[in-house]
Amino acid sequence: MKLSFRRKAVNAVMLALTGVCTVVAVGLLFFVLGYLFVQGGFSLSWDFFTKLPVPVGEMGGGMANALLGSAKVVLLATCIGVPIGFLAGVYLAEYAGGAYASVIRFVTDLLNGIPSIVIGIFVYTMVVARYGFSTYSGGIALGIMMIPIALRSTEEFLRSVPGALREGAMALGATKSRTIATVVVPAAMRGLISGMMLNLARVSGETAPLLFTAFGNQFWSPGWAQPTATLPAMIYAYAVSPYPDWHRQAWAAGFVLLTMVLFINITARSIVASGSSHKSR
Amino acid sequence: MSPDAINDVPKDAEAPPKPAAAGDSPKLRSTGLNFYYGAFQALHGISLDVHANKVTAFIGPSGCGKSTFLRTLNRMNETIKGTRAEGAVLLDNENILEMEVSHLRRRVGMVFQRPNPFPKSIFDNIAYGPRINGMGNRGDMAERVERSLRRAALWEEVKDKLHKSAFDLSGGQQQRLCIARALAVDPEVLLLDEPCSALDPIATAKIEELLFHIKNNCTVVIVTHNMQQAARIADNTGFFLMGKLMEFDTAEVIFKTPKVKATEDYITGRFG
Repeated sequence: MKLSFRRKAVNAVMLALTGVCTVVAVGLLFFVLGYLFVQGGFSLSWDFFTKLPVPVGEMGGGMANALLGSAKVVLLATCIGVPIGFLAGVYLAEYAGGAYASVIRFVTDLLNGIPSIVIGIFVYTMVVARYGFSTYSGGIALGIMMIPIALRSTEEFLRSVPGALREGAMALGATKSRTIATVVVPAAMRGLISGMMLNLARVSGETAPLLFTAFGNQFWSPGWAQPTATLPAMIYAYAVSPYPDWHRQAWAAGFVLLTMVLFINITARSIVASGSSHKSR
Repeated sequence: MSPDAINDVPKDAEAPPKPAAAGDSPKLRSTGLNFYYGAFQALHGISLDVHANKVTAFIGPSGCGKSTFLRTLNRMNETIKGTRAEGAVLLDNENILEMEVSHLRRRVGMVFQRPNPFPKSIFDNIAYGPRINGMGNRGDMAERVERSLRRAALWEEVKDKLHKSAFDLSGGQQQRLCIARALAVDPEVLLLDEPCSALDPIATAKIEELLFHIKNNCTVVIVTHNMQQAARIADNTGFFLMGKLMEFDTAEVIFKTPKVKATEDYITGRFG
């Protein structure tokens, strides 16, 4: 009887502990969201989206250049990271076999584990040291970060395509490459697109690699070969400044960034969800 | 069954057996076909003739090699690593083991155990084969799709929703769609690997009926677990056991007066 009571007590305590930790984990997200919403929401104005930053002491202004800069950098990163990651993922899922495949997977995971600031230094040495700070170098840094995730998510979604579909295409006389291009990839398309969107959402908040690649800019960046402002780098610069007005701007930028990332996340997940009702089993 | 029954192989296994139906030369002729999955030998010296415009059925217990044999006829087994085929299979006197594989599969179509429509529209499912094989232009594709669906007795049910997803169809309709898809490239031989095992009796009856019409311009080879089905639709029937072709004759002989003891034991339900 005594043992049974002890068991029940331990059970109750542990259950309560796991429950509390869950509440903390979920609560933290809502706390961050709520705090950012209140701070950022109130600091946000129409000017934020349309105006350039103003000098210290002057009130108002916005981060229109950082919004455009972030968009340019992320677009460039997508153009670099997605094709390389996708094609390598196709190779890994469909052609590489055995030990060779595990080596590729291992190396990819290592690449994924490299701290983002190290990738920043790498791009600084390889690109910035020769050509200077630029939108290009920022895009290259984020593009490198996108490769391993694009690769692994492509591999996973291609593997989830039933073998029966491949057989069906091959039995009609399709070659392997033809089968991949016309049946396997289209069948995995929803997953692939959502994977790329999540990937994009993840790197669009990266700050460290941008600090010494895209660098930052108080004005419009005239093209692709000049330094550009980006939202995360701007948040960093404004948050560590001593000016309350800049702090408000940083909150607003954080709020905008988070809203975009959340929006991309939810859209990506709903693409997958709407696809699952479409599958045969 | 007695151990003797297994060894009761037809003595002339190496030579092509007597034509089960007299007349024209065989569409497919297998001579001394051995097949290996790695070190395991799944087929032992299979020799038989498949006649044009007939339904040839293969029966036998699970793991007897009937599906392996069927999948050798369009070399689908090659997609599995470590497999090897010896001997010859002649399609109109041309050895398929030496043919260009995509060309072979265009001529010898296949329908699988479970319906496997592509996640595309009904129309695009049927048009897939003709498109990748460069058959026909845009104009007569619609005509080709209709003709294929009619041959698979599916046209009336889907003609108003050709651009809906193939997944919206029932299981039986999906399997007929897969038959139509295979027929769309005008194959000379159609292989069916237990095409009705995932279907209810009504859907099964529809497929059996359409096979009667298909054989008018296509040679049909079907593997089935269901002996009643083989008896209903087959002109010729082969009985496989442990990788060997035990007996091959007209369906009438196999089901009424089998000459080999193992065949009789199997069709009378003594094992299997």
